[in-house]
Amino acid sequence: MADTSAKQVLFEPIFNNNPIGLQILGICSALAVTTSLNVTIVMCLSVTAVTAFSSLAVSLVRTQIPASIRIIVQMTIIASLVIVVDQLLKAYAYEISKQLSVFVGLIITNCIVMGRAEGFAMKNGPVLSFLDGIGNGLGYSAMLLFVAFFRELLGAGSLFGFSLLPTVNEGGWYVPNGLLLLPPSAFFIIGLAIWGLRSWKPEQVEAPEYKLSRHKAKEAF
Amino acid sequence: MEHYISLAIKAIFVENMALAFFLGMCTFLAISKKIEAAIGLGIAVVVVLTVTVPVNNLLYNGILREGALAWAGLPNVDLSFLGLLTYIGVIAAIVQIMEMVLDKYIPSLYAALGVFLPLITVNCAIMGASLFMVERDYTFGESIVYGFGAGLGWALAIVALAGIREKLKYSDVPEGLRGLGITFITVGLMSLGFMSFSGISL
Repeated sequence: MADTSAKQVLFEPIFNNNPIGLQILGICSALAVTTSLNVTIVMCLSVTAVTAFSSLAVSLVRTQIPASIRIIVQMTIIASLVIVVDQLLKAYAYEISKQLSVFVGLIITNCIVMGRAEGFAMKNGPVLSFLDGIGNGLGYSAMLLFVAFFRELLGAGSLFGFSLLPTVNEGGWYVPNGLLLLPPSAFFIIGLAIWGLRSWKPEQVEAPEYKLSRHKAKEAF
Repeated sequence: MEHYISLAIKAIFVENMALAFFLGMCTFLAISKKIEAAIGLGIAVVVVLTVTVPVNNLLYNGILREGALAWAGLPNVDLSFLGLLTYIGVIAAIVQIMEMVLDKYIPSLYAALGVFLPLITVNCAIMGASLFMVERDYTFGESIVYGFGAGLGWALAIVALAGIREKLKYSDVPEGLRGLGITFITVGLMSLGFMSFSGISL
C-alpha cells in the first residue's frame, strides 16, 4: 500500500470499493435517514467529516498506541469528534438534528469510521489517511444520496422539500407511493443499486457457494 | 406489571431493532450465513443489552442529567453532552469484563461466543438502545425490560434471516444480485412482514 497515489485513495471507494456496496460497512444509518434529501446531506457531511478527522487523528498517534488498547483509543477519538458534530448541529441546525435524533450519536458505532481507522489509518501516514477518510465518506454519501433521491422523489413527489411532481393531495396528478417512505423500501433500493453496480463492474460479483448442475436427463415432452 | 409486558412486546416486535430501526445492520448482514453463529451472536446481544441499558440508565440519571449532581453541591451542572462518550465507554468496558468473567467461569459459553463478543462493542443496536432509553426517559425498571426486549427482538430477526439464507444459497440468483444484493432484498421483505405489527397499539 506504500505507493498508492492520493488520487486513487480518494476516488477508489466511490465506485470500485464502495463502503456500503462492497465492504458491507455503515449500513445501519444508511437506511434510516434517507427519507428526505435535506436530512441525508447533513448526515453525509457529518459522517465524511468524522471519518476524515478520526482517520487523521488515529494516523497521527498510530505509533504511540499500544496494540492491546487500540480499540478503546480509537473509540475515544471518534466519540469526541461525534460529540463536536452533535453539539454543532444542535446549535446551528436544530430542526435537522431533531429529525436525525439518535443517528448522529450512532456515527460512533458506524463501522465505516471504525473500519477505516482500524484498517487504513493504523498503517498509513496522516495525509493519505485523511484522504482515505474523505473518499470513504464520499462513497457512503454517493449511495445515501442515490437512495434518498428515489425515496423522496417517488415517496413524496419532491426533492429537497420542493415539490416536483405535484401530488394528488395538493391538487396535482401524482399519487405518491407511500411504501417508499417506509423502512423496507430502503432495503429494496440498496439491493437493486448493488445489482446495478455489480452489473456495471462484474469483478465485484460474489462467487456462488453452489453451482447448479446442468440437466443431465432429457425431460419427457 | 402489564405496563412492563407491553413495553417488552413493543420492543421485540413493533419497534424491532433490526427491521424497523436498521440498527446493528453490519453484523446482521455479515454474520447471518449460518444458523448456529446467528444464535450465538443473538444470545450475546441479549445478554449485553440487558446489562448495558440499565447501567447507562443509572449513569444518566445519577450523574449526567441536568441537576443530577445536586447532591454534590453542583445543581446547575449539565453533563449530558458527555453522554455519547460515557455510553460507549460503558459498553466497551462491560463487553470486556463479560469476556473475562465468561472465560474464567463458563468456558464453554465463552468458546461458543468466541469472536462475537468483541464485535458487539461496535454493534449499533447496543448503542442505539442506550440512546433510545435516554431519549424516551425510561425509568430503571423500564430500562431493564427495554434492554432485554430489544435484544430478544434483534436475536429473533438475525436467526430468522440466517434460516432464510441457509436455504437461499441453493437457489439460482442472477449474477449481480448474488450474495449481498439478494440479502438486502430478503431483509426488505422481512421488514415488510414485521410492519404488520405496527398496527398493534399497546
